[in-house]
Amino acid sequence: MIRAIARRVASGAVVLWAAATAAYLALLAAPGDIVDSLIGDGADTPQIRAQIIAEWNLDRPAVVQYLDYLWRAAQGDLGRSYLLQRPVGEVIGDQVPPTLKLAVAAAVFGVALALVLAVTTRHRWARRASSAAELVIVSTPPFLIGIVLLSVFSFRFGLFPVSGDRGWAALVLPAVTMGLPIAGVLAQVLRDGLDRALDEPFAITARARGLRERAVLIRHALRHALMPAVTMLGWLTGVLLGGTVIIEQVFGRPGLGQVTLQAVGNGDMPVVLAVVVLAAAAFVVINTAADLAYLVIDPRLRRS
Amino acid sequence: MIHVENLRVAFTGRRQVEAVRGVDLTISEGECVALVGESGSGKSVTARSLVGLAGPNARVEADTFTVDGRDARAFAARDWRRLRGRFAGLILQDALVSLDPLRTVGAEIGEVLQTHGIGDRRDRPQRIRQLLTDVHVPEPERRARQYPHQLSGGLRQRALIASAIAGGPRLLIADEPTTALDATVQAQILRLLAERRASGETLLLISHDLAVVSTLADRVLVMKDGRVVEGGDTRTVLVSAGHPYTRKLISAATGRRRGTTTEPGDVVAEATALRKVYGDRTVVKDFGVTIRRGEIVGLVGESGSGKTTVAQLLFGLAEPTSGHVRFEGADFSGVPERARRPIRRRLQLIAQDPLSAFDPRWTVRRIVGEALPRGADPEPCLERVGLGADVLDRYPRQLSGGQRQRVAVARAIAPRPSLIICDEPVSALDVSVQAQVLDLLADIREADGTALLFISHDLGVIRDIADRVLVMHDGRVVEQGPVKAVFDHAGHEYTRALLDAVPTLEVSR
Repeated sequence: MIRAIARRVASGAVVLWAAATAAYLALLAAPGDIVDSLIGDGADTPQIRAQIIAEWNLDRPAVVQYLDYLWRAAQGDLGRSYLLQRPVGEVIGDQVPPTLKLAVAAAVFGVALALVLAVTTRHRWARRASSAAELVIVSTPPFLIGIVLLSVFSFRFGLFPVSGDRGWAALVLPAVTMGLPIAGVLAQVLRDGLDRALDEPFAITARARGLRERAVLIRHALRHALMPAVTMLGWLTGVLLGGTVIIEQVFGRPGLGQVTLQAVGNGDMPVVLAVVVLAAAAFVVINTAADLAYLVIDPRLRRS
Repeated sequence: MIHVENLRVAFTGRRQVEAVRGVDLTISEGECVALVGESGSGKSVTARSLVGLAGPNARVEADTFTVDGRDARAFAARDWRRLRGRFAGLILQDALVSLDPLRTVGAEIGEVLQTHGIGDRRDRPQRIRQLLTDVHVPEPERRARQYPHQLSGGLRQRALIASAIAGGPRLLIADEPTTALDATVQAQILRLLAERRASGETLLLISHDLAVVSTLADRVLVMKDGRVVEGGDTRTVLVSAGHPYTRKLISAATGRRRGTTTEPGDVVAEATALRKVYGDRTVVKDFGVTIRRGEIVGLVGESGSGKTTVAQLLFGLAEPTSGHVRFEGADFSGVPERARRPIRRRLQLIAQDPLSAFDPRWTVRRIVGEALPRGADPEPCLERVGLGADVLDRYPRQLSGGQRQRVAVARAIAPRPSLIICDEPVSALDVSVQAQVLDLLADIREADGTALLFISHDLGVIRDIADRVLVMHDGRVVEQGPVKAVFDHAGHEYTRALLDAVPTLEVSR
């Protein structure tokens, strides 16, 4: 047990290191000069340049800078933002709550909707209609869904605010926009899993006990159908991380997406690196959760 | 209790299939009726129709359909639900998949009690314990908390039976209840079913195996292609079967010895002191065998006895922990795969399920052609196994089980091997097809002098085809010798237990 946990933590650390390194190399290769980013709109003289280089230790070899970065990051110091001249931890920390709120709301909405759709639309026209709607949603770009929702519910009926992050009402449309494609994919996976489970001999045994079809579905088939859905948790994390960038833009919400866009555009290396490491950490956590979920759902995977 | 006249079941869908075409069936209180037939005969569909579980695409029609004194043709879903579990309990083949693998067996049994409102919540654990005790599960309290995969095959099947009888049904429908089990366990389950019957339950038994059925049933109905071809009192049907199909089933169940006149030749393969350890479990202990040209050596044992591991060691798929395998005079174990490759062609394998041993996207032409020199015509090979050129361009799933196994034989003999390892080659086949494949394998030994290592859990099959037999138990060979000697005068108690457990068809003439 302890060895299993140790192995997990170690592999998680390796993933974080690999992500940080890959991002570091990518940014190093990107065009543009760090000193330019640091000067921004300020006065550009050789003295100021020399001063900046000295202050930020930019005159050391790239390898040393990289190792220094790793060493500090391991201690929780992610450096200072070039652009905002504030510690990166602070810059990101301010933006995490709104993004997390949006991601959790979208995930909960998406998963709940998928479950309801897969369980309630089992037969004939309802099944076909739901399946078709899911496909349409999945193949529509999220920003388009967002714009349509905005124009209907905000501009036309004025039910929800157009932008910002004030109160729960402002969360509804972004969460729905991001949750709909999630529901579309998951509902298809769940439905497929339910179909397969209901064909298994144990489902026949359950029916032979006098169970209602709904009970067979909820008590037996659903757990079996959850297994492939859990496998998609990793994908879900990707959708949420990538989605927030676009959705925050469309709905004018503060959050990691906005900060990331700005940082990438301005070559604000410490911030970009921090976002990458944060995303990798999210992946590690979610995938560990998925592995645990397998064990909870399927006793056959637990070692006796 | 049940009276059906002219039952017809058709499956609608892309292709209309008439699974049952006019079956008359009456089951009276306290009786044991058996439906016997091979796969596709419609016996399972008939049985499931009796509790309204033929399937969502099934159209069930009958002239008369009385269940428990009421006309079932007018039943709504609710009427069927009330009967299920309460009037009739259903036991399916393999408890590993027939019980929900994600739930404890206690939860599965409790579900019946809950659904039918038997007892209240508090005394449910007590009732579950009692039910498990009734089917002779030791330590019922502990077992109730376990999952199906944690139980042995026999205990699992008992738990499945406990869940079927939990609602106190008067009729038990058992669909191949012992087919997935080892012989000794099968004997125990059959005894348990006999006990239920003695306690007054009515039994409908569905099986492909006449021998299994003959020990229990009062009446037998033989089904073929959705019709009952013969029916009546069990003794009468067995002794004076009128229909040729029934006679074929009987002869398949009694078996036929396929002897040989050829003497064994040079040594083809030799294993000495094989031992295989996985982790802290010793799976094979001190296994030795010498196989000579033209010989059929039987290897018999129940699941977990180590016979499959032996096959892997001989085939060079696993390395022995200690001991040696020699094939055609050369070292076959303890050498790199590169050294084995030149003689690999001389050693072939026939697996139990050819459907998973063939690439599903390959045609028969390509499957057999792969084993032949480039450009050689696969047709003569197929001809030898009794298949025509018409199957050449078909895919494995488009063939019947028997045809598929013939293709597997054709592929195995194509490179002219000196030894074929057959791992349960007929276990997945219907009995009448089994006989044909055994004939084929015996012919090939006779004609080519190919040696066969024939692995099976089925003593009857071993008796019919092998010259010598090795009996394995717990990774060890407990007895070996010529088939006749071992079967007639078994020395080891395990062999005797194994032989006693095999249901035999006693047809006094």
